[in-house]
Amino acid sequence: MRIRCPHCGERDNGEFSYLGDAAPVRPDGMEAEAAAMHDYVYLRDNPAGAIRELWYHGAGCRGWLVVTRDTRTHAISDVAPARDVALARRKGEAA
Amino acid sequence: MTTITLRRAETDAAPAAADRAAPFRTAAGGLVDRRRPLDFTFDGRAYTGLQGDTLASALLANGVRLVGRSFKYHRPRGILSAGSEEPNALVELRSGARREPNTRATVAELYQGLDAQSQNRWPSLALDALSVNALLSPVFAAGFYYKTFMWPASFWEKLYEPMIRRAAGLGRAAAEPDPDHYDKVHAHCDVLVIGGGPAGLAAALAAGRSGARVILVDEDFSLGGRLIAERREVGGRSGADWAATAEAELRGLPEVTVLTRTTLFGVYDHGAYGAVERVSDHLAVPAAHAPRQRLWRITARRAVLAAGAIERPHVFGGNDRPGVMLAGAVRTYLNRYGVLPGRRVAIFTSGDDGWRTLADVVAAGGEVAAVIDTRPSVPPALRREAEAAGARVIAGGYVAGTRGHLALKAVDVVDAYGSRETVACDCLAMANGWNPVVHLDSHLSRRPVWSEEIHAFVPGALPCGMEAAGAAAGRFGLADCLETGAKAGAGAASECGFTAAPEPAPATDPESHAHSPLWRVPKPRGKAFVDFQNDVAASDVELAHREGFRAVEHLKRYTTLGMATDQGKTSNLAGLSIMAELTGRAIPSVGTTVFRPPFTPVAIGAFAGHHRGKEFRATRHVPSHAWCEEQGAVFVETGLWLRPAYFPRAGERDWLETVNREVNTVRANVGICDVTTLGKIDIQGRDALAFIERVCANPFGTLPVGKARYAVLLREDGLVMDDGTIARLADTHYVMTASTANAAKVMQHLEFCRQWLWPEHDVQIVSVSEQWAQYAVAGPRARDTLRGVIDPGLDIGNAAFPFLACAEVTVGGGIPARLFRISFSGELAYELAVPAAYGDAAWRALMAAGAAHGITPYGSEALSVMRIEKGHAAGAEINGQTTARDLGLGGMLAKKKDYVGRLMKERPAMTDPERPILAGFRPVDRSARLRAGAHFLAVGASPSLAADEGYMTSVAFSPSLGHWIGIGLIRRGTERHGERVRAYDPVRGGDVEVEICSPVFVDPKEEKLRV
Repeated sequence: MRIRCPHCGERDNGEFSYLGDAAPVRPDGMEAEAAAMHDYVYLRDNPAGAIRELWYHGAGCRGWLVVTRDTRTHAISDVAPARDVALARRKGEAA
Repeated sequence: MTTITLRRAETDAAPAAADRAAPFRTAAGGLVDRRRPLDFTFDGRAYTGLQGDTLASALLANGVRLVGRSFKYHRPRGILSAGSEEPNALVELRSGARREPNTRATVAELYQGLDAQSQNRWPSLALDALSVNALLSPVFAAGFYYKTFMWPASFWEKLYEPMIRRAAGLGRAAAEPDPDHYDKVHAHCDVLVIGGGPAGLAAALAAGRSGARVILVDEDFSLGGRLIAERREVGGRSGADWAATAEAELRGLPEVTVLTRTTLFGVYDHGAYGAVERVSDHLAVPAAHAPRQRLWRITARRAVLAAGAIERPHVFGGNDRPGVMLAGAVRTYLNRYGVLPGRRVAIFTSGDDGWRTLADVVAAGGEVAAVIDTRPSVPPALRREAEAAGARVIAGGYVAGTRGHLALKAVDVVDAYGSRETVACDCLAMANGWNPVVHLDSHLSRRPVWSEEIHAFVPGALPCGMEAAGAAAGRFGLADCLETGAKAGAGAASECGFTAAPEPAPATDPESHAHSPLWRVPKPRGKAFVDFQNDVAASDVELAHREGFRAVEHLKRYTTLGMATDQGKTSNLAGLSIMAELTGRAIPSVGTTVFRPPFTPVAIGAFAGHHRGKEFRATRHVPSHAWCEEQGAVFVETGLWLRPAYFPRAGERDWLETVNREVNTVRANVGICDVTTLGKIDIQGRDALAFIERVCANPFGTLPVGKARYAVLLREDGLVMDDGTIARLADTHYVMTASTANAAKVMQHLEFCRQWLWPEHDVQIVSVSEQWAQYAVAGPRARDTLRGVIDPGLDIGNAAFPFLACAEVTVGGGIPARLFRISFSGELAYELAVPAAYGDAAWRALMAAGAAHGITPYGSEALSVMRIEKGHAAGAEINGQTTARDLGLGGMLAKKKDYVGRLMKERPAMTDPERPILAGFRPVDRSARLRAGAHFLAVGASPSLAADEGYMTSVAFSPSLGHWIGIGLIRRGTERHGERVRAYDPVRGGDVEVEICSPVFVDPKEEKLRV
């Protein structure tokens, strides 16, 4: 596999580590409930098709990335810095 | 002695002048160099071949037909093909450490002194005692193992399996380490062309001329594919000529790389390809410093698949007899190698293509006995050609069986009217159509699709960026190959931004591919093989059908069809077609099995490359390494690190005496230990504290500048991830340590928290593990020692610099350094960090400064003993299964902040009071030795899972106490101090009564720590 890192360019997948689905959002703060945290830690969808997932460019820029990959073909349609995605999500929540 | 003399006499007699003439070599022609004879041996007999031969062509030139014995029935087998699809002619090449089993003679390039052995026969190839398996063949049918060796179960391991392994099998691997080395290359290109036949050459020319970076790979040692195997015309010249000119042009283009002897074995995602180049396999021994093979990892923007096609055998009785060959292979031996595979050849064909063999045999001086065409009507022109050559034509007939024992003597033919006759011949050329090589385009889970037009599977949806051309795309005609190849090559280059237009394809001589395959003959005489290498016959497919194994994946596993080292290159379609016939379905609805890399077997050595033995991975040295080596330290591998384990002195009997001395010296005087291997993470920014509060489970809000604190990190599931220290160097500047083993993991986790969980924090983190050398200076004289190293100015007295103080200092006259008063040993201790470049000098300075105070260096062993004496958790306790509470750290966790793992650690099972918790253990009999891993049982309880109360995690001999001590996890451990339990270790025969105690064995009141 090849992943186009937004900071480093296209690189071999050996430089990256995989984490998993980027959809779950951590229930943050002291008000968070145990049940929601349980779902965040353990529940994952397994879609056939496009999925946004977290990869870490450990042998490159150390950036966490959100990679949009089709689980059926491995085709990668988008790669974005995870920090940008997370900040945009915060903005969306606030609005 | 007699035996030796006899054998020598035989060997000497063999390469007599008569043998050297190679009786089946044609008078002229072929691409072999007749001026360069090469001597070789097969099963100890000497022969001579020519430069340009394969082992197979050289054996055939010498009249050697019998090359091996089959896998299961030990049937005599010869040479079926002239390429990498060969299922039969597998030999052991070379000897000793370089012995390579299951080498296909058809691709093994001949070299001076080549030495090959037949395999799977005993005592000799011609007389194989195990060929009685063939007489028992009804017993060995599909599913034989499953049905026969079921009971008693205890017989399997001792009797059945060794017996089967001896009787059935392939070659023997070398017993010694491989003396050669293997290389790895990463390459990038615009256009990768897979296959150097007419389509591949045309594609590479079209792409290469545009200036695109092109890599052309071909598994053969000569480019040209069928152009050098057939007598064809391209642009008014011979096909071989045209190929040679094309190759010369390609090699002259600066951006084109031509790789022969290179098999493209795998297609991976996003334009990644794997190929193996056999750099030195055609030499007896690799040249000095040259690798034996080279693994290419190619990244290509576009690829042209021009891998050609593989001819299909006919399925009839005795179709495995030596002398029965693929018609295309017969032509290859005739035209490329100048070898007659037989003097009297019969041709068994189901299309016009097989007829091509007739003229080639005649031109090479052979005789054609008959052409048996399964089609009732044969084109008149072909019939006239046969008559002119004196060959009989049997239209609408088929070959039912073969005669001869170790070599073909005749074939039994049934004609269109059902009458039988025997045709004498020593070679049968069978032509049943061609299968495009769909393996590579199927590697990414793509399925090939059926073409009614050519009666074969052709590539379906291709992987992104790949296009198929020529025979690989089902376009068998030479003109088609040249045209589709040029078009695909130009198209690929254009898509990469180059200006390329295919030139008109050169003219070729006319040809016909009219063809009507016969999937199996109606009434075979004897075993009709489908898969030669795994000895699967048509009758086995019938059996699978009768027993309900009809789905293609079941058929494959039940009969082992297509599961041999050739992956069914010549057999899969035959098996599918028979199953289709039996189930009344069309071939495509039976389906195909999945093709996976590698296309042909690849040596593990090629994948390993230089990463062998000590080169398997990098070795990291601590900054004091040179000094430690000078002192004769014993080292231990810890991950990538090589750490000094202990420093033996003259007169010390064993490691334990050394370690005891190191511990005693630290506890009495002072010692230094290199702790550079710890992960060091620099954390800076306005929100550094907020960030630390999120990632650490204990509170840091009250940590002032100039102080350090123990830190515990949880995983989000509530278990402990790692521990370390965090020191606050300035208002917004912290430095954190992580354990040696978890340094990289903790860094990744912190980046995850910073970038993904709390991106709003204004904080930056960076690993400074490599930038700082760090040494623990521990013992009552530690302060005195440090005073000799640190520049004057900082008061490190106990009042000014108490336990857990930290400061930025200078050493050696202005070199910036950091000093932390932290302790793993329980003694008055400091960690001094200096820039890594000063690591060696600082270590030597500390040793010199400590000399007056009785300093000793100590290694990881003494470090471990002292941490067990103090009951500190380390890797054996922080093992991914323990909570902070389990480790006795529950009390320090924060209650008023949110942090990773906060909620999940509160789950009922994680807070269950019955969970094993950290405690200390000492043997009741003080002379007894303890073992880590021993399980705790109540005294008198019989060992069972239900009676298990926990286990010992770490043990050490404590020189401070004079006996073995241990720490471990035991149910309600903190409440049971004084109670006795068994430490039961059946693996090493240990069963010791121990007393539960506090895990802190030495200085529980921490008086030594704070002086």
